[in-house]
Amino acid sequence: MLGEGIVKGLIETARNFVGSYVDKDRLVTVQYPEERNPLPEAARNFPFLLYDGDDPEAGLRCVSCHICEKECPPRCIHIEKSTDKKPDFVGKQQFYPKVFNIDVSVCMSCQICVEVCPFDAIRMDKEFELSTDDRFGGLLWTKKELAKPNEYYQKIHPMEAAETDARRAEELKQTQAKAAAAAAAAAAKAAEAAKAAEAAKAGNGAAGKEPSA
Amino acid sequence: MSGKSMMEESAIGLDEQMGATYGAGRHTLKPDAEHESQILEVAIGPQHPSTHGVFRMDVQLDGERVVRLKPVFGYLHRNHEKIAENAAYLAAIPYTDRLDYLCSMTNNWGYVLAVEKLVGIAVPERTEYIRVIMAELTRFQNHSALVGFLLQDMGASGTPLMYAFREREKILDLFEAVSGARMMCNYLRFGGVRVDCTPEWLEETRQLVGRLPRFVDEFERLLRGNEILMARTQGVGVLPRELAVSAGVTGPMLRASGVNYDIRKVDRYGIYDRFKFRVPLGEHGDVYDRYMMRVLEMRESIAILEQALKEIPDGPVQDPKTKVRGLRPKVGEAYGRIESPKGELGFYLISDGTMNPYRYRVRPPCLINLTILEDMCLGLSVADVVVTLGSVDIVMGEVDR
Ligand code: SF4
Ligand code: SF4
Repeated sequence: MLGEGIVKGLIETARNFVGSYVDKDRLVTVQYPEERNPLPEAARNFPFLLYDGDDPEAGLRCVSCHICEKECPPRCIHIEKSTDKKPDFVGKQQFYPKVFNIDVSVCMSCQICVEVCPFDAIRMDKEFELSTDDRFGGLLWTKKELAKPNEYYQKIHPMEAAETDARRAEELKQTQAKAAAAAAAAAAKAAEAAKAAEAAKAGNGAAGKEPSA
Repeated sequence: MSGKSMMEESAIGLDEQMGATYGAGRHTLKPDAEHESQILEVAIGPQHPSTHGVFRMDVQLDGERVVRLKPVFGYLHRNHEKIAENAAYLAAIPYTDRLDYLCSMTNNWGYVLAVEKLVGIAVPERTEYIRVIMAELTRFQNHSALVGFLLQDMGASGTPLMYAFREREKILDLFEAVSGARMMCNYLRFGGVRVDCTPEWLEETRQLVGRLPRFVDEFERLLRGNEILMARTQGVGVLPRELAVSAGVTGPMLRASGVNYDIRKVDRYGIYDRFKFRVPLGEHGDVYDRYMMRVLEMRESIAILEQALKEIPDGPVQDPKTKVRGLRPKVGEAYGRIESPKGELGFYLISDGTMNPYRYRVRPPCLINLTILEDMCLGLSVADVVVTLGSVDIVMGEVDR
């Protein structure tokens, strides 16, 4: 009968209409911005720089190695290296970025900078409501806007942050152990040297003459 | 001036523009000798609700009928190939996301496959399964979106598109959970994938895949046997088998014309030889067959997904020997091709031993499927041209690159 297919289709539509009141699978719309779906942990938007402690300048993890700048596909990162150095989390003297800019109007949220950074210094943010009326300055993020504390990272990517923190703690422990071992070795060596010098002095006294050059 | 002479003039003019190889006068329909008619030129697009992106069709009409159709594209050209030639191998992966922005996972796979061939990288077992799962989810969501859009073009405004997008959204949520982004996944890497899928994710995917057949059934109940759909699609935009083959058409378009050619079966890249699935074939090559082809392929994708999700082994997801960053392949060339939801997607790479490819070429299925638009549309009315274009399944990001 002509029109049968259409009627069948309309029955389906009606079923969906009624179903949307009872079936979670059919009711998928949320009333943004009052209601929000939670973002998954892996969600990413734009990068930010991590710092330890309270001071975004002193605690900044970035050592200005320029790897992310070179690997960024649209080249939207701009870094200027410092001339002096500051200690990093294990106490090693490292450069730091004097200027670190990301042009977020160019950034394509690809996460490659995060992947390639060997110092766990840059991570992806989840913030997405970023509209601004300042077309130029508002979209060029400097070190000041980019630096966020580690606690923030722990909040937005808890599992990832836990893994990173564990790795860094291990590294710190190893460095400290190494430093302690090195210090012990140095002390032992010094003691040895002192002993040897003493022995030599005693030997010299016994022989009664200066060693020839 | 009479309509006839004007038409001949314009036809000659266009042929000259296109060069002699285009086949002078091949597409000219002779106007009815008794009725003097006038040729009307209409530009459909570039901003037009039914053109699937910034795409223009210069249509010459004789009354309601199309006598010539010239697709004009390039509005979305972004210099993809040259950018990739100036970037490191890794940096090209996020750019491939933006080719066919509905199917970033399969685009990644095509490129990664080419690089893996070029360098000779082995892929871990678990990764192979993850890739198949991602590719079939991508195929499903692409086809469901396409079917929705096609029906929207036909005038079924809203309802089928919303149903299609509802299911697509669930798949995109899965993509976001594993890769961090819904559409620009940037997920595959040379010799692996970026992050492993968690067991919870796999469980969620299993549950979703279990619910997908219901959606396809519902969709079919909604429209199968719908008289308007039949009238609008059957016998419209016919693409003959021989023309499809000689024009290099691939994907569901080619199979709708009855040619059994699916790269998953022909090339058996990845681990597609381990799964049981059928390749649906059309008979008439009209819009209806192309529509049904997508619906049937959705069902086959579900079958593959079920098998892959059952068999997926544990293990590493990244080949530890592969250097993802700073890749420097030996001098040589490679062509990697996959069956993307739209057809054969190929990446051709030539390496000169440096950090970036010497030549990087994409074989986009959308562009090549689009070239025969005129042949399918001659003699149709404008409304049918829109439907025919919809059934080709184009994404301008890939056509223009
Ligand atoms: S963010 Fe990381 S990769 Fe980039 S310069 Fe700083 S330390 Fe290097
Ligand atoms: S997310 Fe991608 S585009 Fe954005 S700064 Fe990082 S590497 Fe560059």
